[in-house]
Amino acid sequence: MSTQEVAIKDPAPMSSFSKVDAILARHHYAPGALISILQETQEEYGYVPPEVLNHIAKKTRLRPAHVYGVATFYTQFRLEPLGKQIITVCQGTACHVNGSEMILAAIAEELGLQPGETTPDGQFTLETVACLGCCGLAPVMMIDGTAYGQLTPDKTRRVLNDLKTKAAQTKKKA
Amino acid sequence: MQLFRAHVLVCGGTGCTSGGSQEIRARLEREIQANNLENEVKLVITGCHGLCEMGPLVIVYPEGTMYTHVQPDDAAEIVSEHLLKGRIVQRLLYKEPMTEEQVPHYGDLPFYKKQHRVVLSNCGYINPEVLEEYIARDGYAALAKCLGEMTPEEVIEEVKKSGLRGRGGAGFPTGLKWSFCRNAPGEPKYVVCNADEGDPGAFMDRSVLEGDPHRLIEGMLIGAYAIGASEGYIYCRAEYPLAVKRLKLAMKQAEEAGLLGDNILGTDFSFHLHLKEGAGAFVCGEETALMASIMGERGMPRPRPPFPANSGLWGKPTNINNVETWANIPDIIRRGGEWFASMGTEKSKGTKVFALTGKVQNTGLVEVPMGITLREIIFEIGGGVPNGKKFKAVQIGGPSGGCLPESQLDLSVDYESLTAAGAIVGSGGLVVMDEDTCIVDVARFFLSFTRAESCGKCTPCREGIKRMLEVLDRIANGEGKMEDLELLERTALVIKNTALCGLGQTAPNPILSTLRYFRDEYVAHIQDKKCPAGVCTNLLTYSIQPELCRGCTACAKVCPVGAISGEIKKPHVIDTEKCIKCGACMEKCRFGAITLG
Repeated sequence: MSTQEVAIKDPAPMSSFSKVDAILARHHYAPGALISILQETQEEYGYVPPEVLNHIAKKTRLRPAHVYGVATFYTQFRLEPLGKQIITVCQGTACHVNGSEMILAAIAEELGLQPGETTPDGQFTLETVACLGCCGLAPVMMIDGTAYGQLTPDKTRRVLNDLKTKAAQTKKKA
Repeated sequence: MQLFRAHVLVCGGTGCTSGGSQEIRARLEREIQANNLENEVKLVITGCHGLCEMGPLVIVYPEGTMYTHVQPDDAAEIVSEHLLKGRIVQRLLYKEPMTEEQVPHYGDLPFYKKQHRVVLSNCGYINPEVLEEYIARDGYAALAKCLGEMTPEEVIEEVKKSGLRGRGGAGFPTGLKWSFCRNAPGEPKYVVCNADEGDPGAFMDRSVLEGDPHRLIEGMLIGAYAIGASEGYIYCRAEYPLAVKRLKLAMKQAEEAGLLGDNILGTDFSFHLHLKEGAGAFVCGEETALMASIMGERGMPRPRPPFPANSGLWGKPTNINNVETWANIPDIIRRGGEWFASMGTEKSKGTKVFALTGKVQNTGLVEVPMGITLREIIFEIGGGVPNGKKFKAVQIGGPSGGCLPESQLDLSVDYESLTAAGAIVGSGGLVVMDEDTCIVDVARFFLSFTRAESCGKCTPCREGIKRMLEVLDRIANGEGKMEDLELLERTALVIKNTALCGLGQTAPNPILSTLRYFRDEYVAHIQDKKCPAGVCTNLLTYSIQPELCRGCTACAKVCPVGAISGEIKKPHVIDTEKCIKCGACMEKCRFGAITLG
């Protein structure tokens, strides 16, 4: 168990592909299951490490360019590690007309992040999504699966500051 | 079976869940146990009730009392007052926004009165995680009827008779589509459910998936039987984790009950259903792109023909329908095609679910008969525009749809009328806009969405949308020319006529419809360099009204660039050269002294 935990924390070059191999075997190395394989890989590592892409290509007998093409076509896949907490700001129509741009600007200012970027300390990653599907709460952002609705720039800053304080406390304890 | 004297329904839809409904459920459970009511009162987590604006919602049956904006701390009062003493908790009842009158009964709400719920009939009534609850509401009775009494041809005939048309947007007759696939040579055949609901501002499919997943499975089973398919796929967006979870659970339950798998209900009919999670690409809502994605490829469309009915998944005959289309099937079979055809208009039958959002009082999901007017949906069901603002436009059909003005509100909602007016039924997103919404900005919003989601395969969509967006950016920045309007129209028509798939062909609709109904607003941006709604930041300046300013310095403190100066207790001023137009000062000012114009 302990080796596994170390591997997740340390995204440095992988000594073995045992976890990916288990995923590949579960899908019978089928090229048709490529998206599911990539999804499970990302769940395992938090992102899809480039060396794993090559390994998947070899095992499914697909060209590396094909695997890379699929991985970069879909917005879900990330080829770089993520922050500990992911802030997803909804850019849906209802959120847009209710001022989601201002929410994004408030986060950008508070954390110094543009969409797609991660804070230098690896704590927060900022992402946008076309629609979270809870338009009744517009404008909305989701952090670690919790939706924060009816946001104003002020409320957004308060939420972020709370999270920052909590993150600092956990760090201290650790 | 155990009988309960009361049922307490807690909404477990996405809106209410993020409002804390799980915590409310836990607190109610504790209170019910503390009062020894667990044998008398049953607590149920349900799917979405549709009235997301008022959430979290709790409904108590048999009375049908609806409590709105419930907080965890209210649990004790609901249990001790309502469930123990039979007294309704008045302060949590829904209040009519106009009259302030309290409405105790769920069914009496104006929001529900005009609705006609078929697809959503179980959403909010049953626990979506319990198969028996679906069966108790006549679930899987239609499947049994098909397998026991009807031939596949008779099933297709019944669907044709109903007049059901695809609810994903294009509106192709479902029965006809099924017969194409049934008659196409090739084995095995596939049925696919398109649950890649990607339109911003649309969440009706999500509610069915989360609130009544077995309905979808039953619809697909019936379709598979009629078409002769043995395998099926549900392609669901990964951004809907709750929907994925409930679908997986429902599929497992159906397999255990012998409703999915080999020899269903003891007959020769076998059907295996698989769930594929999308990976975030709007274009995968297009059927050929969706099939490519199921097969593990990049989700790029291909030219049609061949149509999926002849050559779909792995080159085999495939029938693709959207969630809402499948969800209509069980009722059509059980109650008959004629019953379904009795609702709606001449060419558009049945009901349609719309996601009503934006600047409207009651945001949420509404299911209405086809042929209802937009005015009825927005003003009678939706309760109109809040905060005394004026209605400006309604955007229908998402990025493929169009914006309609006040003058079009008496239009009948059906496929033909909306298309003629320059919008589409689409997947059913209805976003209401008030006077504070800038039409140029909205057109830009949709176009930047389609630009980002264009797969890049065909030139008109990849290049054309980008060029149109550049023109719109110019106009929004006050650098537009009158010729730009013609250029926009010309480019839009070329893209519409030449793009490869539905995404590209419909992408110009938001531009064309706004140019048709709101040309004045474009002209105001170009000639007067003004944004009448006060949205396009480059055309606006912030200023402080000296007579209203108290000199509290709140604005100066919040300004990120130090553009506001002034002495304490004296009116402040904004340096427009330094101002980055972030709006922070306006939000902070408690005296309404900062204006935008």
